Amino acid sequence: MILVVLENQRGKIHSFSREAVVAGQIFAKKYDEELCILCLGENVEVLKEEASEFESDKLLVAEHELISQYTSDGFSKALSEIIAQESPRFTIMGHTYIARDFLPRVSVKQDLPFIGDLTSVSFEDEKTIFCKQVFNAKFLTNIEMDPSIEKAILSFQSAAFDKDKIIKGSPKNIIDVKLNLKDSDVRITSEEAFKESDSDVDLSSANFIVSVGRGIESEDNIPMMEKFVENVGADLGSSRPVVDMGIMPKSRLVGSSGFTVSPDLYLAVGLSGAIQHVVAMKGSKKIMGINTDRDAPIFEIADYAVVGDLFEIIPELTKKLSDS
Amino acid sequence: MKIAVLTKAIPKVDSLKINSSETWIDDSNVKFVMNEHDTYALEEALLIKEELDNNSEVVAITMGAQKSSNQIISEALAKGADRGIIIENDTKITDPLVFAKIFSEQIREEKFDLIFCGLASYDLGSGQTSVLIGEILGMTTATFAIGTKIESSHIKVKKELESGYSQWIRMSLPASISIQSGLNNPRYPSLKGIMSAKSKEVKVKTIDSNFSEMQGFTKFFVPKNEKQTEYIEGDVEDVSNKIIDILKNELKLIA
Ligand SMILES: Cc1cc2nc3c(=O)[nH]c(=O)nc-3n(C[C@H](O)[C@H](O)[C@H](O)COP(=O)(O)OP(=O)(O)OC[C@H]3O[C@@H](n4cnc5c(N)ncnc54)[C@H](O)[C@@H]3O)c2cc1C
Repeated sequence: MILVVLENQRGKIHSFSREAVVAGQIFAKKYDEELCILCLGENVEVLKEEASEFESDKLLVAEHELISQYTSDGFSKALSEIIAQESPRFTIMGHTYIARDFLPRVSVKQDLPFIGDLTSVSFEDEKTIFCKQVFNAKFLTNIEMDPSIEKAILSFQSAAFDKDKIIKGSPKNIIDVKLNLKDSDVRITSEEAFKESDSDVDLSSANFIVSVGRGIESEDNIPMMEKFVENVGADLGSSRPVVDMGIMPKSRLVGSSGFTVSPDLYLAVGLSGAIQHVVAMKGSKKIMGINTDRDAPIFEIADYAVVGDLFEIIPELTKKLSDS
Repeated sequence: MKIAVLTKAIPKVDSLKINSSETWIDDSNVKFVMNEHDTYALEEALLIKEELDNNSEVVAITMGAQKSSNQIISEALAKGADRGIIIENDTKITDPLVFAKIFSEQIREEKFDLIFCGLASYDLGSGQTSVLIGEILGMTTATFAIGTKIESSHIKVKKELESGYSQWIRMSLPASISIQSGLNNPRYPSLKGIMSAKSKEVKVKTIDSNFSEMQGFTKFFVPKNEKQTEYIEGDVEDVSNKIIDILKNELKLIA
């Protein structure tokens, strides 16, 4: 069996979950296994409704008051129980914050490898080869399971699978799962999620964004960037380290922990293009990078790769633009 | 409060190359630094200790090769950690669960109230270690901490969620927590700190390197470019003219 775990994201199915279903459908076919989709805990009704439109052999619905709100305690215990019962060959989820938060615990409880953060998979003869970014997206590595190991937990990064390739249909069976959770299993309580609003700008609707990365080095170089964006009529965005250093406010953060944007042009300046950044801007119509490193990952997704020093190029652009 | 900060020496990345066996980077001549996320974890632990101001203790722990381990543990001690533990290991472990099992057994007897890790390491980037160790040692776990508050036998953790949301959770101690970057301002070691570090205890442990991995890295490679990318290089003058031409004529973003 291939088990796909769906995730709720603020009342809707998580977009990574749809991609995980595509992964599940592909794995089920390759391994000639049954496909089982699991709706777990939070907001099961919504997940169930979604899942009823995907082709699968079995739809499992696992509800319990102790997992009606996500906690890593409750979810890891519940999923572990289900894996123990169903013994799936692969358990698959999107590589979301929640997956990162509780799947390692399931890996310990069931003594299964958790092969996470995967960007692709290939099936070669007898072997299944997984692929993941390392060294902050500078390199990729293949990962293989020891031949003696048959089962694993997997999580895939966004875009590892195309969510439009989902095979529509319906589950052959819908089964309610009985869970044996005790109050003492859950040692964590959660408050409501909230948004810290310090927003002076709405990047999600901007049509030209110039984002600065760590290459900007210090706050002292921001005026140079501000002058440039003013000249070209763009909004300033930023990568995570620049926000962490306190150089730019969080409202300017593009990435999985910030905003998702899709302008006509995304110009990444001194920014490497790690996956957590790229997931949130790769939908831009055109992408340009300015980077001293010819092998910077940002160039992989760029339409225009400007190889050069931002401290030379940006002032020169500003000068030319204000002269004309 | 007895707090462990788990930290890792990371090759300082500038122009990294893949090694000849294509299984890792060529780290024969690189410098090592403390994993950046860990500097925030250490700072958070030191802040908690300072705030509690009782018999709290911060212990910096690493597993890795002797030289780089010594270097980052000395750095942690200079910044204010009370003592250090080095679990010496020269074998590359790329299975997070194996790594966590070995680590957990080496620190189990310490009975920490809190374990802090950086959110992820810069090299492997699995982001699993703190959660795995927490589970193995029967602790509560949380990831993406962007704030902490001790409440006697509990800790409140402000977690970063996706798309700009945050959430407070409250969990019982002992707890193992991974720390997101940016939640504090990691300090620099003071001269006094550097001097006093020399007299602090560093325990060195060795492990049995006979373990089998369930998963492992098999081949490193450079990502392929799948898009039609136009490379623009040359002197600044030409490059700038070309960029302006694109903005103006191709994309019509400026007049
Ligand atoms: C769970 C998680 C969530 C994350 N969320 C986000 C997120 O939402 N957003 C985000 O951005 N990151 C996020 N990150 C961090 C992400 O992994 C990267 O670390 C980060 O995006 C790197 O930022 P950077 O490109 O600015 O810095 P670096 O990777 O340090 O890149 C700097 C780049 O600047 C170039 N450069 C240096 N000097 C110059 C110069 N003079 N001229 C031109 N180029 C120069 C360098 O060649 C390099 O490519 C997250 C990480 C994790 C683990």
